[in-house]
Amino acid sequence: MSSFSSSSAAGRDIVALEGVTKRFPGIVANDSIDLAIRPGEVHVLLGENGAGKSTLIGMLSGLQQPDEGRIVVDGKPTPITSPRHALALGIGTVFQHMMLVPTLTVAENLLLGGPWWQRPRTEELAARVAEITSTLGITIKLHAKVSELSLGEQQQVEILRAMVRNSRLLILDESTSMLTPKGIDELGALMRRLVEQGLAIVFITHKLKEAAAFGDRISVLKLGRKVGEIPPERFRALGEQEIISEIVELMFGQQKDDPEAVERPVRTVHAEAAPLLRVADLAVAPTDNAPGLSSISFDIRPGEILGIAGIDGNGQKQLAEALAGQRATTSGSVRLDGAAIETLSVGERRQRGLRYLTDDRLGEGTVGTFPVSINFFLKQVGAAPFWRNGVEQRAEIDKRSAQLVREYDVRTPSLKTPVARLSGGNIQKVLLARELAEGAKVVIFNKPTYGLDLANTLASRQRIRDTAARGLAVLLISTDLEELLSMCDRIAVIANGALVGIVDNADDARTKVGRLMIGLAA
Amino acid sequence: MSIDTAPTVSATALDATSGAATRRDILHRLLMTLGPILAALVIAGCILLAVGVDPLAYYGYVLEKGLFSPLGIQQTLTRMAPLLFLAAGLIVAFRAGMWNLGGDGQFLLGAVTAAASAPVLVQIMPAWLALFCSFLIAMVVAMTWSLVPALLRAYQGVNEIITTLMMTFLGTSLANVLVKLVFRDPGTTVPQTRTLPVEDRLPRLFETTITSGLLLGLAAIIIVHLVMTRTAFGLKLRIVGANPRAAVHSGLGVPGLTIAVFAISAGLAGLAGAVDIIGVQGNVRADWNPAYGLAVIPAVFLARMNGFAAIGFVFLLSVLSIGGESAARRLGVPNHFTLVLVSIVLIVLALAEYVDHRYSQSRKA
Repeated sequence: MSSFSSSSAAGRDIVALEGVTKRFPGIVANDSIDLAIRPGEVHVLLGENGAGKSTLIGMLSGLQQPDEGRIVVDGKPTPITSPRHALALGIGTVFQHMMLVPTLTVAENLLLGGPWWQRPRTEELAARVAEITSTLGITIKLHAKVSELSLGEQQQVEILRAMVRNSRLLILDESTSMLTPKGIDELGALMRRLVEQGLAIVFITHKLKEAAAFGDRISVLKLGRKVGEIPPERFRALGEQEIISEIVELMFGQQKDDPEAVERPVRTVHAEAAPLLRVADLAVAPTDNAPGLSSISFDIRPGEILGIAGIDGNGQKQLAEALAGQRATTSGSVRLDGAAIETLSVGERRQRGLRYLTDDRLGEGTVGTFPVSINFFLKQVGAAPFWRNGVEQRAEIDKRSAQLVREYDVRTPSLKTPVARLSGGNIQKVLLARELAEGAKVVIFNKPTYGLDLANTLASRQRIRDTAARGLAVLLISTDLEELLSMCDRIAVIANGALVGIVDNADDARTKVGRLMIGLAA
Repeated sequence: MSIDTAPTVSATALDATSGAATRRDILHRLLMTLGPILAALVIAGCILLAVGVDPLAYYGYVLEKGLFSPLGIQQTLTRMAPLLFLAAGLIVAFRAGMWNLGGDGQFLLGAVTAAASAPVLVQIMPAWLALFCSFLIAMVVAMTWSLVPALLRAYQGVNEIITTLMMTFLGTSLANVLVKLVFRDPGTTVPQTRTLPVEDRLPRLFETTITSGLLLGLAAIIIVHLVMTRTAFGLKLRIVGANPRAAVHSGLGVPGLTIAVFAISAGLAGLAGAVDIIGVQGNVRADWNPAYGLAVIPAVFLARMNGFAAIGFVFLLSVLSIGGESAARRLGVPNHFTLVLVSIVLIVLALAEYVDHRYSQSRKA
């Protein structure tokens, strides 16, 4: 920390991202992001899961390389080639999951990574730690085993480790997610003291309250793009509530000249028609890494689009999987066209006309190494006319695939191309073709435009509208409020695995849904 | 993203262009397979030189005994029969993403039960029916033996590599115990099962010593290949193997398929044991364990789990093992040098694959 004085560092960026873009197969994780990180500031990166925060951190800590744009360190464009290089540049990262060895002591953990030919310099470390901790007002038990420490203490050790290595920039990735409220407050105070010493901190979170309480500057990420920034001057001028409402506006609000904005066509839904899908009191037990669902009830009439809004990770995927039959339910009923289907298997539910378009296109929606043609029929393996007596009818498969490729405008070099080689938009078209094929009655779309470019987003939305216009019932799960507002007849809000309200998509729906999403009554 | 701009071509044009691409593909594949094998022969030759053996003489003896001498080639082809069954079983399992490494235990239990049942059955029923029943018993016993790892994997997600390897230790010991305590031939002093008379064994082909088990093995591996590539059942197994989550999402009954895969794979290993006993050996001696199962695994990998390619590699393996035994004896090289050779081939092949992948990646970029 003595390596730079606060006077020369003030106001100058330690690290700046300039137009950084990162693509993964099928999605654009970061779309030309500009970001300035200055000493003496807690820079909060705010965004939902999948907004691109982790990718951004990956590039700053040397785990990933940007496809476009550049990273500028101390005014010089510098590719950060490895985590070791990042550390050498003074960029220390505290990851979401603890990276300490639980069976070693704190001191041993701090000494890991030293040159292997030297004896660990324990006394030197003790002196250094004492120096750092005294200025920060924390106490660290150097000889305690890491497994005996609380999560908050372990986090302090991780921060200390970054400090011992002379970090000038400290990245805290979702650091509060596992802490108690008291631990969170302590972390906030610690961050404040660190920036007062001239450090730069990037603090990643998806909790609005923490962002408002701990930040100096806030950047909001949404679907890989930076949608707004609140600079320190403005930050200081606003109260906490005002900041939160401004963030909500940035995260969920209407953007000016948004090319995606489409007037929602007025559709006539026959209110008297019997619901095609009726869900009552559905419950799913929570698992280690996923929230459960409780008392989910709704129904969807033919031709209707019901939206599910909510911050990502509140049970949306569990809901979709429970309806599709991929996840065991503990209670409740699901009726499709009047018949109970909650005990049927995935295949039987599909047979009855329930279709689930997954958001995990490569992870579970397709088999990446298989040709496009086979992926069209992944859910119909063995069915006539594509298989007869269990034997594959290649001519039939190719004929129908070519038809689907034309009908759904799938841009593929050939039918034999492995589906993983296609772009995200085209993989999505393959899934759409598969799920919307004959026999569909109820279609669940889970984040159907996630990670797609504008043209494919608009095309997918049109497909969904057409689906409803054909008289099918549509459940549209999305974290993009704009999308829901432009397409749905009604919008239900999910929070912590429960539906907290259902709103008719009228003029004031935006504010009502937004308030429900952050936990306020509509 | 670049694919977005590629023109969509009609289906007929698609097929024409991909035809030429496939031919180039096959040529490339062939080069990527034969090149590393040659390189491996050179490396193994250097090792032989280092231990003071003339590699040309060694390879010469291997070829002479394993391939060119009439007696040798007959032995080679006979050896192929059990290896083909084992390879067929591994292809099913590996394509479904399940690493059944318990082939040896399943093989030996199949062999022992076939050896125990065949001599008894031939006395009470026509020979063809007796042999058929022995095959069936060997298969069922091996299938049953695979049930433990299959159920653990299907319902508890226990890693089958560990369980099948453990079961193979148990299986070889159990086979040994069965020979010594239960099925021991009282007429001999060495612990072994009763011997199936030569005239009751599988007929030999034409005027040679080649067992007709070879034809059964070829049929098994070709059927397995066609089932895996051409049928709905095979496609289901390949989906499970390539992306288990997609299998669940598509509504496939993954636990049921898992048990089926283990049953088929182990059943074929059991048949391999039976075909070796009923066709060639005639009895099982205690402590007999040729460890074919482990030797076949590299061959199946080299063939990239393609049935027809596997026939070729199994043939190569047989030549190496028959020829290698003889060459080793004549030149004083340890018998296991064959395995050294095979493993060098595998490592060089993996390296070649890695280099090729890096090369095509950098060309794309």
